[in-house]
Amino acid sequence: MPLLTQQIQDEDDQYSLVASLDNVRNLSTILKHATCLATKNGIKVTVENAKWTLTAFRMCYQGYGYPLMLFLEEGGVVTVCKINTQEPEETLDFDFCSTSVINKIILQSEGLHEVFSELDMKSEVLQITMSPDKPYFRLSTFGNAGSSHLDYPKDSDLMEAFHCNQTQVNRYKISLLKPSTKALVLSCKVSIRTDNRDFPSLQYMIRNEDGQICFVEYYCCPDEEVPESES
Amino acid sequence: MKFRAKIVDGACLNHFTRISNMIAKLAKTCTLRISPDKLNFILCDKLANGGVSMWCELEQENFFNEFQMEGVSAENNEIYLELTSENLSRALKTAQNARALKIKLTNKHFPCLTVSVELLSMSSSSRIVTHDIPIKVIPRKLWKDLQEPVVPDPDVSIYLPVLKTMKSVVEKMKNISNHLVIEANLDGELNLKIETELVCVTTHFKDLGNPPLASESTHQDRNVEHMAEVHVDIRKLLQFLAGQQVNPTKALCNIVNNKMVHFDLLHEDVSLQYFIPALS
Repeated sequence: MPLLTQQIQDEDDQYSLVASLDNVRNLSTILKHATCLATKNGIKVTVENAKWTLTAFRMCYQGYGYPLMLFLEEGGVVTVCKINTQEPEETLDFDFCSTSVINKIILQSEGLHEVFSELDMKSEVLQITMSPDKPYFRLSTFGNAGSSHLDYPKDSDLMEAFHCNQTQVNRYKISLLKPSTKALVLSCKVSIRTDNRDFPSLQYMIRNEDGQICFVEYYCCPDEEVPESES
Repeated sequence: MKFRAKIVDGACLNHFTRISNMIAKLAKTCTLRISPDKLNFILCDKLANGGVSMWCELEQENFFNEFQMEGVSAENNEIYLELTSENLSRALKTAQNARALKIKLTNKHFPCLTVSVELLSMSSSSRIVTHDIPIKVIPRKLWKDLQEPVVPDPDVSIYLPVLKTMKSVVEKMKNISNHLVIEANLDGELNLKIETELVCVTTHFKDLGNPPLASESTHQDRNVEHMAEVHVDIRKLLQFLAGQQVNPTKALCNIVNNKMVHFDLLHEDVSLQYFIPALS
């Protein structure tokens, strides 16, 4: 989505296209297999879905007060959607400042795929430990059956970058992190950073079939309960 | 009152089974009318059905190689039975690859339609599976409500698109609203529209073709692009479309502006008429 919003922000006066997170998620699945043509009137996306039929899609927005128009065409049948727009709510600003980053690692996503899909769902939280000393990078869950820890050493093949200055142990509600696993599955690399307020920033680098790169950023709040120190 | 019939042809049996499956999807309970030449599956427009009515007709000689019936009386040589549609389709499930199917009216503690299926075993000896379907005989005084509906002169008559496509469109629309508008014109265009406070979705079907007009005079001056429309309950339309497992030989849609939509289908040699009234 960054590719698209960038173009639109340049011509701020003419366009005020606001896409909510939900829409972006759906569209990004479409965009993975799509050819995009951006014009003054809108964005034309041609999609080839799994059944090998071509569904052409065009999105147009005339401006404030006008509805968002979506045009879908498949096999000669045209569907037109007119979506009434609403006043946008202020998006949550997590105020994540790059200069207050304490720890940062960049991992190859394949190392995390299985982990996230196998996360103990009985555990309410995922605990992330980042430290300049052992265990370096640890993911922990605490469920009814017991706790599990996954350690990634800093010299592991999967670790592309490891910059940890301080030991930080933070817990995040799994329910908040689960939505980001969709981006994880599509991504080739992920960057995990924490700032001085223990807020995480997850950045997923996704490369689509044409080689174009886009990023999905994910922010959430840490769990307020302070964990006991682990040995 | 007597009724016995037999099907031995495999293709006829399969066709009859498919028709029975369709009826089971369209109406939970329906009336079976038996006359010397035809069989009809009828759903009349009672409030309980939400005003929807159905008339399905097949020529008995296209299916049965033996067919004997004796109606209520000589002047009223017909039989009207009420049954649960699913019971018949379930009985016919066992008739796949059957050697013969017999249906007859019986009285086993209560009136039944007995379906006997003769199946060939591995050892080429046959076995018979019998289903007794409970039925209610409908008295003559109620027959007047079960007659073939009069088809009003439509404002627009148009051929339907592939029903599978129409069904998948309507299925998605069902999630947004219960209220659907079907509109069509004499230029081969049919639109399905739903509208809520937040969103308005229209699917356009083009180049569908219109049957030749019944009466040239009434339609001569009319603008060919003018749309006739009807507002219907989307669930009723979906139920009708869900019943059509196979694309029919012929499918026509007749719209009486703001009053009702009439679907006129032909599944090979079996005709089906389905009426959905406009939402009040």
